[in-house]
Amino acid sequence: MTRTDIEDFLIKEAELLDDWRLPEWRQLFAPGCRYLVPNMAGDPYAPPESTLFLIADDEHHLTERVKRLGKKTAHAEYPHSVTQRLVSNVRVLGHEQDVTRVQSSFVTFRTSQGVTDTYFGRHEYLLVCPDGDILIKEKRTILKMGALRPHGRLSIIV
Amino acid sequence: MTNSTSALWPCIEEIESSVRVDPQTSRFSVARSNYTDPAIFNAEMADIFSKCWLYVGHDSELQNDHFITRKVGGRGVIYLRDRNGMVRCFLNVCPHRGAQLCRQREGKALNFSCLYHGWGFDNTGRAIHVAELETYPAGFNEGGRNDMVPVPRFESYRGFWFLNYDRDAVSLAEYLGPACDYIDVIVDQAEQGMHIVGSVQEYSARANWKLLAENSTDILHVEALHPTYLDLVSTNSGGQMKRGKMEGKALDLGNGHAVVERRATYGRPIAQWISLWGDEAKVEIDAIYDRLVRQFGEERAHRMAHCARNLLIFPNLVINDIMSLTVRVFQPTAADYMEVSVWSLAPREEIGKPALARRLTNFLEFLGPGGFATPDDIEALESCQRAAAACAEAPWNDLSKGFDAKSDDSIGDTKDELPQRAFWRGWQACLLQTGKSDNGYHRRVDTNGHRGLPDQGSRTA
Repeated sequence: MTRTDIEDFLIKEAELLDDWRLPEWRQLFAPGCRYLVPNMAGDPYAPPESTLFLIADDEHHLTERVKRLGKKTAHAEYPHSVTQRLVSNVRVLGHEQDVTRVQSSFVTFRTSQGVTDTYFGRHEYLLVCPDGDILIKEKRTILKMGALRPHGRLSIIV
Repeated sequence: MTNSTSALWPCIEEIESSVRVDPQTSRFSVARSNYTDPAIFNAEMADIFSKCWLYVGHDSELQNDHFITRKVGGRGVIYLRDRNGMVRCFLNVCPHRGAQLCRQREGKALNFSCLYHGWGFDNTGRAIHVAELETYPAGFNEGGRNDMVPVPRFESYRGFWFLNYDRDAVSLAEYLGPACDYIDVIVDQAEQGMHIVGSVQEYSARANWKLLAENSTDILHVEALHPTYLDLVSTNSGGQMKRGKMEGKALDLGNGHAVVERRATYGRPIAQWISLWGDEAKVEIDAIYDRLVRQFGEERAHRMAHCARNLLIFPNLVINDIMSLTVRVFQPTAADYMEVSVWSLAPREEIGKPALARRLTNFLEFLGPGGFATPDDIEALESCQRAAAACAEAPWNDLSKGFDAKSDDSIGDTKDELPQRAFWRGWQACLLQTGKSDNGYHRRVDTNGHRGLPDQGSRTA
């Protein structure tokens, strides 16, 4: 993967999320994937098996999360909030075995019920490319707001 | 309803009439202005958050010389374990000119030093450095007058530390009353004691704190508000766990406390197995259940292992022993905003074991701001707060489910609105028990001649 491929991939990922095309977004993940959002008050690199995260989805839970967000009964996100994601500061950190480490900075604006909240921080990716398409093996989102206040929720894929 | 937003304090008639019982029709109604009125908010800060026992933290959060700063009842406090192993709680204010003594979230410190003039204190609170002490009169630093200010009362029960800003409050154990047994049923599940796992989840809601108190013991809403969570449970359990009537009961524990205890319809780390967890887990969980039976007998073991509990300790502590074990507090900062803090509690013997991973997965599936259920609760509460703008024209919430005005309403079914009625009785008793002498909001003393929360008998009929 070239740097341009990676940037295009991250921009495409953000666009799928902003367009609420979540099943297509789910297809960007490799088998055995993880989606992690560490708790802001704790160590972002502690293992999720032994410490409390905000989100620690294996592939099963990630599939279920996407299914949930497609339902009208996911009340926190129905009607869908309107989001705009900005992705920048992309760095390709290295390549070991078949895994490429990438990180980006992000700001995600979420508007719902007339209120806009801002989420920001860093995304850290382990990307693989087994058959020519880039896939996400692991996405770790490090939130930097300190607390989900006044957001009150992490109901979107930030 | 009279609109008292221009007054600093509500008048006594407003407090009395804002929780309404109709004995003819057994209707129990609560005024929505209780969620919006700044005068009610002021009264609550004075008569609830300055008089009741408020949760600070769990014993397990602190090693020696470890401190955590928290906001409790609107005041900043420093919660720490001192150099001798003693747990203490100080107001986070320098005795000199009032700056915050500590502006870090947490850390290790043998001493505290004020940023402003450099006054220093050891972590037992003793003043060890006053700037240019020699220029003060003799005896300036004697008698502990310059020491860090401890909170007026600080007591623990089974590892849960509480403070009270009222020096004359009844003891914590007396305040908790029958809630103690429910804390015991939870804490005794652990063989090696309970501990807080990891760090605190901090979120919020643009809603009145009492809405979350009501929501935390509300079982009726699960089917309507959390069907996506129930779908997940169904998927995980291979259809084992059935929805429907939940055997159990709701209880008014007095002083505003309430609990709902019922048969759990999901996997519980202690101790109810689901097929998703696999056969090895079944062996572990069966062994845990056998240990509980040996230690506590069949009946109590069944309660501990197969039943879930939502426990509200008035005013703002929730301990929910459900598919995972959570401790939740919510601090009001305005009539329409609260800050929520949530912890995961677990037995120490699960450290390093797959059981802890299962427990944490259970937690995140439902609880926390990234879970499949809690965000929907926040949405519902904020929706109530938004709609309460119409409280002059649509004044009343109905909390009549399962209510019979002729009964003492101390015990009911799982989905009755009894826990919410218990909360409001405690709320009203606080606001009527003590008060200021202006605007007709006058002081009352209970039949024993002392302040402190009354038992159920003094609720408005």
